[in-house]
Amino acid sequence: MMEILELTALELSEKIKAGRITVREAAEAALRRAKDVEPAINSYVTIDEESVYRQAEAVQKRIDSGELTGPLAGVPVAIKDNMCIKGELTTCSSRMLSNFKPTYTAQAVENMKKAGVVIIGKTNMDEFAMGSTTETSYYGPTKNPHNTAHVPGGSSGGSCAAVAAGECFGALGSDTGGSIRQPSSFCGVVGLKPTYGTVSRYGLIAYGSSLDQIGPITKDVSDCAAFLEAVSSYDLKDSTSVQRDDCDFMAALVNDVKGLKIGIPKDYMGEGLDPEVRTAVYEAAKVLEEKGAAVETFDLGLVKYAIPAYYTIAAAEASSNLERFDGVKYGFRADGYEGLHNMYKKTRSEGFGAEVKRRIMLGSFVLSSGYYDAYYLKALRTKALIKQEFDRAFETYDIILGPAAPTTAPKLGDSLSDPLKMYLGDIYTISVNLAGLPGISIPVGKDSNGLPIGMQLIGNAFEEKKLLRAAYTYECATGKRHEKMAVIKDIIPGEKRIGQNAEGASASGKEVR
Amino acid sequence: MANKISDETIEYVGILAKLELSDEEKEAAKADMEKMLDYIDTLNELDTSGVEPMSHVFPVHNVFREDVVTNSDGREDTLANAPQRKEDSFEVPRTIG
Repeated sequence: MMEILELTALELSEKIKAGRITVREAAEAALRRAKDVEPAINSYVTIDEESVYRQAEAVQKRIDSGELTGPLAGVPVAIKDNMCIKGELTTCSSRMLSNFKPTYTAQAVENMKKAGVVIIGKTNMDEFAMGSTTETSYYGPTKNPHNTAHVPGGSSGGSCAAVAAGECFGALGSDTGGSIRQPSSFCGVVGLKPTYGTVSRYGLIAYGSSLDQIGPITKDVSDCAAFLEAVSSYDLKDSTSVQRDDCDFMAALVNDVKGLKIGIPKDYMGEGLDPEVRTAVYEAAKVLEEKGAAVETFDLGLVKYAIPAYYTIAAAEASSNLERFDGVKYGFRADGYEGLHNMYKKTRSEGFGAEVKRRIMLGSFVLSSGYYDAYYLKALRTKALIKQEFDRAFETYDIILGPAAPTTAPKLGDSLSDPLKMYLGDIYTISVNLAGLPGISIPVGKDSNGLPIGMQLIGNAFEEKKLLRAAYTYECATGKRHEKMAVIKDIIPGEKRIGQNAEGASASGKEVR
Repeated sequence: MANKISDETIEYVGILAKLELSDEEKEAAKADMEKMLDYIDTLNELDTSGVEPMSHVFPVHNVFREDVVTNSDGREDTLANAPQRKEDSFEVPRTIG
């Protein structure tokens, strides 16, 4: 059993297609692992065991008939709980959607199904993807598999923890300001945010629509390329979808960086960066230099303005996107209201958590008449300038290299008391979303407490292949293919809420509030 | 610089956001928002005159298609999510007298 869990997604699929492991055995291995570790980790909001076995049987048939031959056939995966799956609970880790069963499936999930994966369950996240620790979830925090006293990062913390803990062989996350890359860094897994428009947002419950992008979270770089290739598609149902003819991302797995020019922004390595993270990232850059890349530091400029611009834009878009949650057509509705407007207000006040309300209010304020120009348009102008800075940098460099986050994973409970401090942790990831660029985080070591450190590589728009090539070269050079599953020291014995229903989930949510 | 959010402003934001806040929550929201706006005000250090606001990084065009129905009747599935339904409608509190 443990042997199966230690395989990468590509290795597992090979063995399945060769008939050495059945799809059901692979799914069982993931489910059993989840049963063991969920009491300690809490990666999942929902696991539907029956559905897993149904899917496994169907996928096995497609493999046996020769219909399914792709690199991810039979692989058990997890999906962040902000992506709709028809008929399956999709909560966004919010009370507001604690009973919501979508009537259609997100295009990204459809694409993964087409590739022959088996969906184990829906993963925990910060409520509506607003947060950097997965502590704002209505269903209680997810814990970092490397040390359960620490957060997994966020907002895709459940997906990253599930991959790191061996509860699946890869996952989908979403990234609005670093929500794939930062938790990947904290959990020691590979996470990629694609160029805006590469993966369809159809069926992704929106947070900041101009910034949101779905991407893969995997055990190693090869799996990352395979997932990205499977999930990307041009989609008429997403008006910001981009037609690309270079989505053969596995072709980028080339062990060679000769001739690549890599720039390290001075402001990414300066004040506020944990010294152990700095050392690990410089060492990783040196590995790429030894393999033939030209590495130098440079001035990126405007780095400190990314966070205030981002939080203005993201809050504005969030306040608009979350207007739809009003207790009329789906989701939670409060009791004991008087009239329509009071019903709206009570429903939203009881259905949303503190961080979501904070951002809705800020967003409503910066969009209100009298403040729109001074705040919202100012932020959009700043965004244009930040994009220009990146354009200039990519005239010289193929890749921008730096840390994914200023520190390793903080302790549970340390971040939420001061939201502004938590927002500052997004400094290296956020501008990538503002500029619509691709970015990847790969594990490059651990700090003295045994917590993983991630290096971020940023590419110009549509240049994921350069990122994958550099990341793959680093992986080959260091022998750091994926670290075999995080060893979880404090597994608490006892049954976990597998196959739970909505009531059970809400009850556990109430306990943590 | 320090921003000051008045009671009236937080009341107004509550109306815009359709949120009902307790007095305690209002005070916390005021403090949070003042702090955030002070921070956002650092953007004023930047000269953005003559810079066009950028809402999308790539040119975005309307996507047109023929108006052909591709989905089937999902009425029951859709109404199954309704907090309250009345026959084939979503039910809400009375809005007109």
